[in-house]
Amino acid sequence: MSLSLDQVQRIADLARIELASGEAEQTRDQLNGIFGLIEEMQAANTAGVEPMAHAQDVAQRLREDRAVETDRHADFQKVAPEVEAGLYLVPKVIE
Amino acid sequence: MGFANWEIVIGLETHAQLNTASKIFSGASTAFGAAPNTQACAVDIALPGVLPVLNRGAVERAIRFGLAVGGKIAPRSIFARKNYFYPDLPKGYQISQFELPVVSGGGLAIRVSSGDTASEKYVHLTRAHLEEDAGKSLHEDFHGKSGIDLNRAGTPLLEIVSEPDMRSAEEAVAYAKALHALVRWIDICDGNMQEGSFRCDANVSVRRKGSDVLGTRREIKNLNSFRFLQQAIDYEARWQIETLEDGGRIHQATVLFDPATGQTRAMRSKEEAHDYRYFPDPDLLPLEIPAAWIEKVKAGMPELPEAMKARFERDCGLSAYDAGTLTASRETAAFFEKTLALAGAANAKACANWIMGELAARLNREEKDIAEAPVNPSQLAGLVARIADGTISGKIAKEVFDALWNGQGKDADSVIEAKGLRQISDTGALEKIIDEVLAANPKSVEEFRAGKEKAFNALVGQAMKATRGKGNPQQVNELLRKKLGA
Repeated sequence: MSLSLDQVQRIADLARIELASGEAEQTRDQLNGIFGLIEEMQAANTAGVEPMAHAQDVAQRLREDRAVETDRHADFQKVAPEVEAGLYLVPKVIE
Repeated sequence: MGFANWEIVIGLETHAQLNTASKIFSGASTAFGAAPNTQACAVDIALPGVLPVLNRGAVERAIRFGLAVGGKIAPRSIFARKNYFYPDLPKGYQISQFELPVVSGGGLAIRVSSGDTASEKYVHLTRAHLEEDAGKSLHEDFHGKSGIDLNRAGTPLLEIVSEPDMRSAEEAVAYAKALHALVRWIDICDGNMQEGSFRCDANVSVRRKGSDVLGTRREIKNLNSFRFLQQAIDYEARWQIETLEDGGRIHQATVLFDPATGQTRAMRSKEEAHDYRYFPDPDLLPLEIPAAWIEKVKAGMPELPEAMKARFERDCGLSAYDAGTLTASRETAAFFEKTLALAGAANAKACANWIMGELAARLNREEKDIAEAPVNPSQLAGLVARIADGTISGKIAKEVFDALWNGQGKDADSVIEAKGLRQISDTGALEKIIDEVLAANPKSVEEFRAGKEKAFNALVGQAMKATRGKGNPQQVNELLRKKLGA
């Protein structure tokens, strides 16, 4: 499988990444290189091998249901570009 | 308009906020109504380097749900990232489940009444999966900007997906209500719709009757009341039918319902906004639920509404309708059971009637929950017992109930005593009153003798009035007939 320039552009749009002119071709070639690698791996016989959900084949540890965090919003909001009435302000988003 | 030629097909996706103390992947509190961002910790606001750790309480609630609907609880399920950009989703993805949800299958029975008849239907569930809620965007004017409150971010949700089994807005509402009652019954969600604890998305499509191919659906987002659910589906279905009959086509879309206009309209989002690029979250290992855990949860489950309904029908001789109404909420069922335990099984029907009749009507009028009812089960049981043993008539009982409701007396007996409401069952006393009534109403007596049955009712009325409602109605009837020689 290899990607077209349009597909690369669409992936970039979805990821909110801006591609400068020339970068799209370079990115496509790099991505296609990765696809080539995957194709090579797909040649391996995996019949009877159960797919892994995670590279570490262990189960999720669970946390007890207790509220233990304290209010640290003043610290967190120090690095926010704009804050008002405890809210983070962002460019208007409304449908 | 040929609406009769069309079939409406509806499936619901419901988001139930789980009533855990802390969030699904962090130790921040989930309490509603805190000052903005005071309950959003480093994990919830997605600071670099933080890692999610799954909340045992959220998983346990999912297991409870799976058991309650007879679904399959996955021994192993995985979490996935659902990628999209929105300011109230600071990570840029929502942690959800995609390929392997924690619950699959199952379903629930719903009851739909149309006119005087009610029919039962079983709605199948596709799946239920765990995920995190997003924050809230406030669009009031912050100098042309939006304000973001991340307190809700990371609140555990169970997304419950139904099969497209519903065929009308009424069925969809009946399903949503049954599901709402169930999640509260098994105590996994507080069900507060105003606070957004329980919200529905409705997938609606239409097709010509007889067709077995599904039409193109549109998804109505975020319906947070049963009334809006009904209105939105009615409007959307009519719009789709009219569009198709006018030769138009339906395009798959996400639409919003505007309660002010009662209309649905498509969101302006670009189609590609729905390419979520799910992939397994590398920050979370697979969730394993051993059979022993499921057994432990099962042992702690309350009797489910369906089982309780069957028991009420079997053991108390109640109709399916009565049993269904009494098990519509756990609080109502508990009220009935407590009343019944004190009043005795022989009075089951009377207890049911009082709870579904007078009590429900008054609660409704005063917009109260049954938990806040001023008349408690023991008071109601006392009242029912006094009707059963003939101390008071059903009519006087309403007066006693009224007094108890208004706090005039600690129980039925003290109200009956204080107000002198004891029924007159003494034949001698009643005969005396009836003699007086007959003497005072010669015209009615004459009419009755001439064959007018209505005149008899008038005499009964006069006699009851003379006893100030306290005469035993049956006895008054019998004595009157005897004296009139009828």
